[in-house]
Amino acid sequence: MLRLAAALGALGLAVSALAAEIPSAERRSGYDFMSRETRAMQDDDTANPAMLWVLEGGALWNRKTGAAGRACADCHGDARASMKGVAARHPAFDAGRGRPVSLEQRINACRVERQQAPALAYESRELLALTAFVARQSRGLPIDVAVDARTQPFLDAGRALWERRQGQLNLACRQCHDENWGHRLAGSVIPQAHPTGYPLYRLEWQALGSLQRRFRNCLIGVRSEPYEYGDPALVDLELYLKWRARGMLMDAPAVRP
Amino acid sequence: MPLRTTRREFLRAATAGMAAIVAVRPAAATPAAMQDAIGAVVGTARVTKGRVKLELPPLSENGNAVPLTVSVESAMTPAEHVRAIHVFTEKNPQPDVVSVRLGPRAGRARVSTRIRLADTQTVVAIAELSDGSFWSAEAAVVVTLAACLEET
Amino acid sequence: MAETLISVPPRARRGEIVEIKTLISHPMETGYRRSQLGARIPRDIIRLFVCTYNGAEVFRAALHPAIAANPFITFSTVATETGTLTFHWTGDNGFSVKETAEIRVE
Repeated sequence: MLRLAAALGALGLAVSALAAEIPSAERRSGYDFMSRETRAMQDDDTANPAMLWVLEGGALWNRKTGAAGRACADCHGDARASMKGVAARHPAFDAGRGRPVSLEQRINACRVERQQAPALAYESRELLALTAFVARQSRGLPIDVAVDARTQPFLDAGRALWERRQGQLNLACRQCHDENWGHRLAGSVIPQAHPTGYPLYRLEWQALGSLQRRFRNCLIGVRSEPYEYGDPALVDLELYLKWRARGMLMDAPAVRP
Repeated sequence: MPLRTTRREFLRAATAGMAAIVAVRPAAATPAAMQDAIGAVVGTARVTKGRVKLELPPLSENGNAVPLTVSVESAMTPAEHVRAIHVFTEKNPQPDVVSVRLGPRAGRARVSTRIRLADTQTVVAIAELSDGSFWSAEAAVVVTLAACLEET
Repeated sequence: MAETLISVPPRARRGEIVEIKTLISHPMETGYRRSQLGARIPRDIIRLFVCTYNGAEVFRAALHPAIAANPFITFSTVATETGTLTFHWTGDNGFSVKETAEIRVE
């Protein structure tokens, strides 16, 4: 056991006593940890495979659907104007639900209530496409989630989840992403986990995926039972991470390894 | 050796285990299989190293999409041009990757794509010229493993 | 219908070498993977990509399972005359997608 631990010491996680938020000047997007080749894939819209979903989302935006026979564009017009900054502001408080909702939940609320169409399944091609199309309109804009008396309890809950050890490996999110970012876990650099680029194309997935899919990957990685898609706990965690990345620029739809 | 394990050592071993779960691989082609695949393309012709440039990152952070560019020194005229470019790997489940056909209308002999590499290995590019000669280049790529993979 | 993203310069000088970039949505399922229950997932790939310029073939690529999902292919052609570039991807399970792009040559 000792020898194994010594041999694998290069992978070792140093566990400090207390979590400390990453100072503003030291925050880095996942983009900054990527290879030159993967950055090039993101930077060129004609090479970025996530743009295939954006293209599809643009078509869905203009397509009439549901019992109301209405397209997104019929209410919201040109997404370049109406959706500008929307992804950077989500999760956002929804008065009807009395809690913050993710961008995916917001899109589905519109579908069900305004278009009278069935909600799209999480991680379905259509929902990812629409989310990517909307998120694309925030590219280059600073993340700016509203924190006020209404959202504060959910932000606190998200932070508590971030800091709570869980799973058979008994690891908290912060142990990797606040305290050991920049170190390596197996062959991968541990990033700071700033959600600037979601939904994004992960080379591992060979497809586009949501931030909640990424959360579930991490939870499975620490051998914990992952929350279901749309679980309020995951939305709270999204809110906390967006607040933690406040002011950082959106680069959706991004590419990550 | 004492069997007492400190918490930190356990954490290290446990996180190492996260990497270990991805070490299982399917049966791979062999360098011999790659030679057979090359033989099927070039026949008995001699393959000379040179004139071909194979660009691949020496270290790839994910083997699912590794950018590859092959270019060949050629005037690309009707009299003297590249007819085809073939790419092979030695340790993927099968050695063939892509074969392209082009000609003088390409203007230059340069193609790019993204390939899968199942493991750290050597990639070979072979160009077939209009005079019937074959030229080649090879590149070694180290593929690193991701740490936390989802269940698939 | 698979999405495609094609980049062709809309205009070029006669004799100029133009770069063409193509992306298409496709899983490129290798046939070597297994499901969680151990069943082999059948191969489903694009096998062939052909580009023609006013009807004449200028580029062809035979793809194997080692081509990454959502295949990205870039190549070049000499701008000879104003006209239409046609891109045709075909593959397993009857996959066939055809797209065109116009180029104006001056």
